[in-house]
Amino acid sequence: MPSALQSLEIVLIKNSLLVAFAIMGSTVWISYFLSDRLTRGRLHGSAIAIFIGLVMACIGGIITNGKQGIADIAALSGIGLMGGAMLRDLAIVATAFGVKAEEFGKSGLIGILSLFTGITLSFLVGGTVAYSFGYRDAISITTIGAGSATYIVGPVTGSAIGATSEVIALSVAAGLVKAILVMILTPFLAKYIGLDNPRAAMIFGGIMGTNSGVMAGLAATDPKLVPYGAMTATFYTGLGCLLGPSVIFIFIRTIFG
Amino acid sequence: MIIYGTALLSICLLLGLTIGRMLGNLAGVDADIGGVGISMLLLILSCDYLQRTGRMKPPTEAGIAFWGSIYIPIVVAMAASQNVLAALQGGAVALLAGTLTVGASFALVGFFVKAGNSNSPANG
Repeated sequence: MPSALQSLEIVLIKNSLLVAFAIMGSTVWISYFLSDRLTRGRLHGSAIAIFIGLVMACIGGIITNGKQGIADIAALSGIGLMGGAMLRDLAIVATAFGVKAEEFGKSGLIGILSLFTGITLSFLVGGTVAYSFGYRDAISITTIGAGSATYIVGPVTGSAIGATSEVIALSVAAGLVKAILVMILTPFLAKYIGLDNPRAAMIFGGIMGTNSGVMAGLAATDPKLVPYGAMTATFYTGLGCLLGPSVIFIFIRTIFG
Repeated sequence: MIIYGTALLSICLLLGLTIGRMLGNLAGVDADIGGVGISMLLLILSCDYLQRTGRMKPPTEAGIAFWGSIYIPIVVAMAASQNVLAALQGGAVALLAGTLTVGASFALVGFFVKAGNSNSPANG
């Protein structure tokens, strides 16, 4: 006869999405409790929750050596479904409910401008770091720059222009570092950069671009700003994949040959 | 019926993602350009239309609002399924490229936000 633990494990694996709801609900509850008691609400509960999420991801990575954080543990695989693109996009689109279309229109131009400068800046900074570490070929410089845009622009650009798998892996890592830092730092830096209104959130989404970073960073700062940042950030990865292997690669190649 | 709201939300997302993919194909990249943003606009416009014609009932709204209100736990689940270990083990190039980009980007956001505030009048 199977032990109680074995029975529990079977149930958990068969109902993984419910496990995710239960765990994420508890995580959020603990985080809001800590936020209230330890920081008197100064550090937003969702910021603490996201940090706990990242720690879980790290633990999952150490235990399983997989790529999906805690979701690689069979009984917790539902967390991957809950936090995956499908439900995440559904929830983020739902946050736009009640927003007026004019709100987006008012900051449309600065939003577009921030997209282009944000992408250019990422390639510039990432490319410079690559150069200073001894990468001298245009393909590697462009790919690491692309990774500094997002962890999707990196591999898409890298495989389009024929980068080595080592450089592509580096670009993914650079993009992950960016996403995680944006998640953690945004609530702390928001007040210094004036990130407290819809227009600023659209600029923020356009310049940062990393979807997961922007969505989590804004949620931890002020959930009301989420739809605005998401609106511009959603164009960033596509634009980066468009510009990276074309205009930007050609530009970098004319400099480094 | 609550399901009407969730169905409307899903239709907007499916349509928006399809349009985003088509934009990507037109531009020659295997990626979606603005799918979520387009979906958001579709949802805003269709809700606006339903509200103006008086066909948006409170249960329908609840079927949309529910998903928006569990956004934070979904984002926490997203954070928990990131490849954090790969980011930490990416080495100095990846750490530095990511960190410096984030630093420069925060500075640029601050610059853009402030530049706009001083240029535009109160109604801008």
